[in-house]
Amino acid sequence: MCTICGCGAAAAEGAKIPADDMPAHHHPHELHHHDHSHGAGGELIDFGAGMARVHAPGLSQERIVRIERDILSKNDAYARDNRAALAARGVLALNFVSSPGSGKTTLLVRTIGELKTRLPIAVVEGDQQTSNDAERIRATGAPAVQINTGKGCHLDAHMVGHALERLDMRRGGALFIENVGNLVCPAAFDLGEAHKVVVLSVTEGEDKPLKYPDMFAAADLMLLNKADLLPHLSFDVGQCLANALKVNPHLQTLVVSATTGEGLSAFYAWIEARAALAAAKAS
Amino acid sequence: MHEMALTESIVEIACDEARKQGASRIRVVRLRIGAMAHVAPEALRFCFDAVARGTPAEGATLDILRRKGEGLCADCGKSVPLEERFAACPECGGQHVQMTSGDELRIEELEVD
Repeated sequence: MCTICGCGAAAAEGAKIPADDMPAHHHPHELHHHDHSHGAGGELIDFGAGMARVHAPGLSQERIVRIERDILSKNDAYARDNRAALAARGVLALNFVSSPGSGKTTLLVRTIGELKTRLPIAVVEGDQQTSNDAERIRATGAPAVQINTGKGCHLDAHMVGHALERLDMRRGGALFIENVGNLVCPAAFDLGEAHKVVVLSVTEGEDKPLKYPDMFAAADLMLLNKADLLPHLSFDVGQCLANALKVNPHLQTLVVSATTGEGLSAFYAWIEARAALAAAKAS
Repeated sequence: MHEMALTESIVEIACDEARKQGASRIRVVRLRIGAMAHVAPEALRFCFDAVARGTPAEGATLDILRRKGEGLCADCGKSVPLEERFAACPECGGQHVQMTSGDELRIEELEVD
């Protein structure tokens, strides 16, 4: 997999993003350009092709080179580009993260159905495989781009940058990014979103925020989903919220059900207030 | 899993820098990783040899310096050592310790030929 553009093992579907193996290709970006080649199969990055041409005769003495660079600096630079592009268009971007099966897609489908007459919404769907989720989103009438990460366990800012080029996002609108279902890896990768929204369902256990603190520490809002199932479970909502606040005292929390709509009016208001602010800043 | 993507980023940054410095080979890549960083150092080592193959970093040693975390306790106002994001303050027992360092993920330096 190419971690620069997510191509090779990773593919994006839904628009014009090339998915198959290619000997070489060019990526157009609004804010940056790069060309690079891939070996047949596209499974491994081959830095050797570029680097092998480097020779420095006579320089054999070992020396220390200070770098002091963040390992995520490349991702973070793409995230800054995405954030600037979104801010210029007055679009509120939310990065939805959770374990698989927490009800993210159901939540997004319901939210779009509720808000689409008041707020233009576009969606980026991230999954290892299939375009099932993007199809569910498109059925609501909202535009959606599916990114398949292949073996990848998270979306990165570069993949999202390519997806943004293929979405028609209108001023004052919202972009929902549904990350790969995984409570670990997506915490580390800034995509350029305004907020991470972590979705936890009541079938998962109250101690998830303590077991996976990085994700809950990175999020600004937690939706505790599937509240309609509470009568059938021994889940302690208070304990779960206390655990989440222990990890992140700034976290906002809402108890909701994407199936019945319980608690979601507060979530819609949360989105609309932030989308209005994003639009106002851009005008 | 994301350690593979991070390792690819490490090798790429290291090879870019080595090329800028006119170096032909990287002997050591030295990282500084905080106790609460989003990464398992063992997994980075596991990925590094495979990712570095065929690059100037092939065969290089991955030297990982760990850094302890620190936090600021909102209850007693002291700077305290922190080993987990949600640990209680070792001074006053309060639960409101904000992490101030310990999530670093940095490439510090290279030893090159």
